[in-house]
Amino acid sequence: MADISLSAATPVVPRRRFRWSTVVDHAILITGALIMFLPLLILVQTASTPDVETMKYGPGLYFGDQLDDNFRKALFEASGFSGENTGLAMFKNSMILGLGFAFGKIIIGMMAAYAIVYFRLRFATFAFWLIFTTLLLPLEVRILPSYEITQKLGLLNSYTGLIVPLIASATATFFFRQFFRSVPEELVEAARIDGAGPVKFFIDILVPLSQTMIAAMFIIMFVYGWNQYLWPTMVTTEEGMYTLVRGIKQIVQVLQGGNEIPEYGRANVLAIIAVLPPVAIVIFFQSWFVKGLTESDK
Amino acid sequence: MAQVTLDSVRKIYPNGVEAVTPASFQIKDGEFVVLVGPSGCGKSTLLRMIAGLEDITEGALCIGENVVNTLDPADRDIAMVFQNYALYPHMTVRKNIAYGLKNRKTPKDVIAQKVDEAAKMLNLTDYLDRKPAQLSGGQRQRVAMGRAIVRDPALFLFDEPLSNLDAKLRNQMRIEIKALQRRLGVTSIYVTHDQVEAMTMADRIIVLNGGRIEQIGTPSEIYHNPASTFVASFMGAPPMNLVAAEMQDGRLSFAGLELPLASSLRGPVTLGLRPEDLIIDSHGPLAMEVELIEELGAHRLLHGQVDGQRLTVHLAKEEQVALGPLRLSCRVQNLCLFHPETGARMEGGFAFNLAQTRQEERV
Repeated sequence: MADISLSAATPVVPRRRFRWSTVVDHAILITGALIMFLPLLILVQTASTPDVETMKYGPGLYFGDQLDDNFRKALFEASGFSGENTGLAMFKNSMILGLGFAFGKIIIGMMAAYAIVYFRLRFATFAFWLIFTTLLLPLEVRILPSYEITQKLGLLNSYTGLIVPLIASATATFFFRQFFRSVPEELVEAARIDGAGPVKFFIDILVPLSQTMIAAMFIIMFVYGWNQYLWPTMVTTEEGMYTLVRGIKQIVQVLQGGNEIPEYGRANVLAIIAVLPPVAIVIFFQSWFVKGLTESDK
Repeated sequence: MAQVTLDSVRKIYPNGVEAVTPASFQIKDGEFVVLVGPSGCGKSTLLRMIAGLEDITEGALCIGENVVNTLDPADRDIAMVFQNYALYPHMTVRKNIAYGLKNRKTPKDVIAQKVDEAAKMLNLTDYLDRKPAQLSGGQRQRVAMGRAIVRDPALFLFDEPLSNLDAKLRNQMRIEIKALQRRLGVTSIYVTHDQVEAMTMADRIIVLNGGRIEQIGTPSEIYHNPASTFVASFMGAPPMNLVAAEMQDGRLSFAGLELPLASSLRGPVTLGLRPEDLIIDSHGPLAMEVELIEELGAHRLLHGQVDGQRLTVHLAKEEQVALGPLRLSCRVQNLCLFHPETGARMEGGFAFNLAQTRQEERV
């Protein structure tokens, strides 16, 4: 009896059943992951190989020993003529552009959405749709007038000129508007009775409630700003103002014209450095993202 | 502490809908007044106008001595408890309660002391550092109350504060709110659609229907002397029986019931009978066909028909009943007569010639 009851008490672990569909699913996913990963692998391989070998054989199968050397060159040696655009300087410029972009767009988008949702403005809806339709007009459409204005204001080769002309964001305004509309009306009323004016309500209540939304916007806008190519190319002519994305191109381009071999290794190290911050930001804010989705506390 | 006076306060929405027809009444200092009515009757609009969350289209609203029509909600010296609590989700209970004081530049030590006092009063001391999401419905409701009482306002406003709670908790909170209001002695206006809440909590009830005040009175006045068929059918569970009757030559007749009535009325009337005023009587004049018995423990409700008209009878648990035919008589003192079309009460204090009625002997 005792034996029976004992054996009955031990939980039976069901054996995993082997399914072909699972195998196929995984095969597809692994293949996809490898395909996505391959360019990065080539990047690292090239960055670690002497430029001569890359020139001769193209991307190879073995990692070289030049990674350290290329890394130093990329970060601390300047390319170009003025000697100002070291990797570090460009990294700094890119960071300023990315952060300025993200924070600027979030702040302006939030404030615009706040005005549209919470204040009895005439033509508020019309204004919103007007903002919204600018989504149909990307930078490329208005790039010449934008450039002219920036130039006339004397903002070329300045951070202000890099960031401000692109700072208005229909996307951020739209997302914050949708979010604000989902905040219960009673919260506004309770705050009014509690003596919080419009500014206090915005800072004390709306901003903390929007945390997850802000995090999401930050990811999108930072990556967007960091990856800007066309606008920085036009606005910055001084090498000291170059951003990373712009600088990579320049290293290869400038030297191709001469008799020397293009510095593939160095350019690729820069490319790796350019990839890292967006990746880091996505990884860091991802947990916030998930938190925002699961812990709805409106 | 303050009295509240409404002088022809009216609300017309921009789309032309008149949500509140000119309403005038006065609430005494320390009084607990309940605004009750079905949804869409304008009770919340009226409350929100008093709070300052809606503009007043016409009329004057005074809290204390001052007309406050154009004052901001924050400057009206009021506190409000909302139906869905409206707690700030990202703040702890302590911060939620303190927020209104903080905005009024109250010194920190005073805030801490007041929050502690309120928390003690509401049994929230152990929860002060939690967020609203970690609290139960009843606790959240208490936090909302705490937020109201720390400010020592002149006027409490409650907007259906109990309708998100389950039935048991609702009964408990009803008592707590009433007791708290008694203790603090703050003038209060309470909006609800639940007539039980209205009857049990109010010092005075204001019954609203379609943006119009139907009746103002104490719970007992409202119950015993409803001003219209609407009030009669809305207040009381089960509601008053309303049946078509006939007045002729000083006699009121309904089914087998004949009552001499000192009144010059003639023609059809609506007769109102409270279910508990109908009694089983084997010699009674009314023949009822019982179709359904509702067992409620402490008492029973019989539903059936008399002369083709639906009637509900309230019975004590001791009385034996069965489905089928039954004879009833009624206590005539509490009869009400209403106009058959307008539903308005007729002849406020008309006198039955009680000595002549045979029902009298049985009561």
